[in-house]
Amino acid sequence: MINLRATAATAALLCLTAFGAAPASADGEVNVYTYRETKLIQPLFDAFTKDTGIKVNVVSASSGLEQRMKAEGANSPADVLLTVDIGRMDEAVKAEVTQPIKSMVIDEIVPAQYRDPDGHWAGISMRARVIYASKDRVKQDKITYEELADPKWKGKICIRSGQHIYNNGLFAAYTAKYGEAKAEEWLRGVKANLAQKPSGGDREAARDVAAGKCDIGIGNTYYWALMMNNDPEKKPWAEATKVILPTFEGGGTHVNLSGVLLAKNAPNKANGVKLIEWLVGDKAQQIYADSNYEYPIRAGVAVNPTIAGYGKLTADPLPIAKIAANRKAASTLVDKVGFDN
Amino acid sequence: MTRTTRSGRIAASIAVATAILVAAPVISIIALAMQPAPDVWQPLIEYVLPRSLLDTALLLGGVGALSLAIGTGTAWAISLHEFRGRAMLLWLVPLPLAIPTYLAAYVYVDLFEPLGLVHRTLAVWLPLQDAVRALPNLRSLPGAIIVIALVLYPYVYLSARTMFQFQSAEFAEAAKTLGAGRWTTFWRISLPMARPALAVGTALVSLETLNDIGASEYLGVRTLTVSVFTTWLNRGSLAGAAQLSCFMLAIVAGLIAIERYGRRNVTTEFSAESPRLTQRTPLAGIKGGLAFAACLLPVCLGFLVPLLYLAHQSFKRGLFANFDMALWRDAFNSIAFASLATLTALLLGFATILAWRWRPSRLRFVAMNIAQLGYTLPGLVLALGLLAPVLAIDNALNTLAASLGQSLPGLIMVGSGAAVVIAYVIRFLAVPTGFIKAGFERIPRDYDDSARAVGAGQTTTMRLIHLPLLRPAMLGAVIVVFVDCLKELPATLLLRPLNVETLATSIYQYASRGSFEEGALAALLIVAASIGPVAWLTRFSDIPSGPA
Repeated sequence: MINLRATAATAALLCLTAFGAAPASADGEVNVYTYRETKLIQPLFDAFTKDTGIKVNVVSASSGLEQRMKAEGANSPADVLLTVDIGRMDEAVKAEVTQPIKSMVIDEIVPAQYRDPDGHWAGISMRARVIYASKDRVKQDKITYEELADPKWKGKICIRSGQHIYNNGLFAAYTAKYGEAKAEEWLRGVKANLAQKPSGGDREAARDVAAGKCDIGIGNTYYWALMMNNDPEKKPWAEATKVILPTFEGGGTHVNLSGVLLAKNAPNKANGVKLIEWLVGDKAQQIYADSNYEYPIRAGVAVNPTIAGYGKLTADPLPIAKIAANRKAASTLVDKVGFDN
Repeated sequence: MTRTTRSGRIAASIAVATAILVAAPVISIIALAMQPAPDVWQPLIEYVLPRSLLDTALLLGGVGALSLAIGTGTAWAISLHEFRGRAMLLWLVPLPLAIPTYLAAYVYVDLFEPLGLVHRTLAVWLPLQDAVRALPNLRSLPGAIIVIALVLYPYVYLSARTMFQFQSAEFAEAAKTLGAGRWTTFWRISLPMARPALAVGTALVSLETLNDIGASEYLGVRTLTVSVFTTWLNRGSLAGAAQLSCFMLAIVAGLIAIERYGRRNVTTEFSAESPRLTQRTPLAGIKGGLAFAACLLPVCLGFLVPLLYLAHQSFKRGLFANFDMALWRDAFNSIAFASLATLTALLLGFATILAWRWRPSRLRFVAMNIAQLGYTLPGLVLALGLLAPVLAIDNALNTLAASLGQSLPGLIMVGSGAAVVIAYVIRFLAVPTGFIKAGFERIPRDYDDSARAVGAGQTTTMRLIHLPLLRPAMLGAVIVVFVDCLKELPATLLLRPLNVETLATSIYQYASRGSFEEGALAALLIVAASIGPVAWLTRFSDIPSGPA
């Protein structure tokens, strides 16, 4: 028994000492919680450190970060939360773990449509939900979102789960525009046009178009560019398709945001604000645009040539906050019409 | 009957402490579920639950049945027979354990999807469109069942093997003298005797399946777990998700109760008079070849195919040539977290069962059952439940330090990674408790009594009798927990400290951008880290054949 106890005690000690606890607050540091993969944003943080001498500590996750911040409370080391979707920003604000950013720079650079009315979040880049259409089989060069429910596409559309955040955002935008009853009718129409059960990711939509399983796939702008430029093996998938920027009738293309929030208890608040402001600066916006092929939030920063090749983006004018408010309704509609079944 | 000794009290205290540890996140989830979640249940009941309950039941049933068939079959062939290549199979068969379900799903979809390897091969003979039609649709319930069972069957195999190889020869020989053939002996003797172990293995498979989100979602199967996530993430209702989790917890508890009730009268202890073990039956020629091939097939599908695919991707992408040194650090983190958690879980699990063995009481029985609850919570739900209690301790420490005028220590539990280890322990504690309990069930209480009769105390009995007899069960548990920890993703993502990555979170970074192949090397390292312990297990677990 002695041995067992000694071993247990050693294990407990090791637990506490094996990994040095990072101090919450330190001069010249900033702590970032992010839903964006570290591998993608690391170049950005490296550039920030080079510019300012401030070290960036990161933890990335796929969900639950706002809950973690909430539980950590006043002792939370988090200064900045980076998200890839309006839904998470909304959650963070509701969880009361953020504070208004209060920055003239942000107010000046980020258009009001892409900022929280109360200042809790700001977009730093945009991606559009678009159509990967077969070069051979789709003659049209313009498609509206409404048209996706048109029976002429019967058995021709491929899409990932209707509950995925990207689709949830698009469906929420439709609901915000037309109301639940019309959104339901539209979703039923789209479902009736599906070539197969929703599954896989956005790239698979392009692949299935390339393989002739369907004529149009729904995906985000950057996946196509990544396949085209960064992945020789998947290049044929992109090459078989053309990207069409769909629009709402009388509106524009649905965009989602990756955004940034300032933690309520940020121990390094000044550095946090510095990072947020730096992220919308020219240099960061250019790195972001070129490394992940997103649309810069800042006017005057060049869109990556591959993305520019899709045509000029006219983003739908619907305020992002209104889309966020309709996420729940859209999610329920997806279940109601059995979109994923 | 037994006096309460000092060691008995220690074991009992550990058992109760363990139960409290496991109960903490569960209670925290129940507390979350107490909050009102308006508008969540009505649409769920109307549109979601009928379908997802059915899909979940079919998935669990399918994966359970298939893993049971593969796991029992391989364990029986290897434990009770001798044939060419058996030694090699001994360490090959458990290896699919090293492949996370989500990776298996990615690999198989890649292989069988349009323009994938199989399609391109078919397209050599068939027109492109016909080749597309000839492909099996893996993104379906049957597809999910096959892919998941192929990597989870080792759970059944490991526990079944422990049972088969320790079964007394007497029963089999008695059956033989009564004219029973090999199959009759298997069906009428070996299988019923192995039932508790098979139940444990199948339960682990079912709980892993229930917990899985990556593979099911990717393959388009909407399980209850997927519904929990949707409810929380898209409907912004943590309370609703917690309620759904409690509902799942209730279902699982019900299943466990039914299973217990079903074998309430089954005695599986082997006869005290006959410690002699079954001699392995030699299989010569074609029979031996068939046995070898049958055991090799699941290994090929569940392990070699994904392994070769990952290796191929790593080579093709030059990942070996441009080795990312950060992966060593990630591998170290993975192994350190997993080792600490495995050791702790083994000790706590052993103490919990020992307390029950030494002196059965209602409290100890409850403690033993609570210890197994953690496995029923999806990883992320467990992590969410753990946040409140763990951070309450952290915050209390800070308040204490502040009141004493000391400088604030910051978040010790979360900041040091202890929270990750605790999450692993809670989540996987069911494995050592299950394995060790099944192991103890084979050790007749007569042994304990005899030991006492010659004056041995409890600890001596444990050291000289229980521990040696439990070794295979414990080794099996260690491997399963260790490898499970290496693969664990959602709790690791949420609870790890700043700037800490593990191999699993590293793969996730790529997978979430839709190009998991870029993470092939990290995946290979997980596999590599698992092969060592599994090989080690085999070396010690194969007891010599014949009279002991």
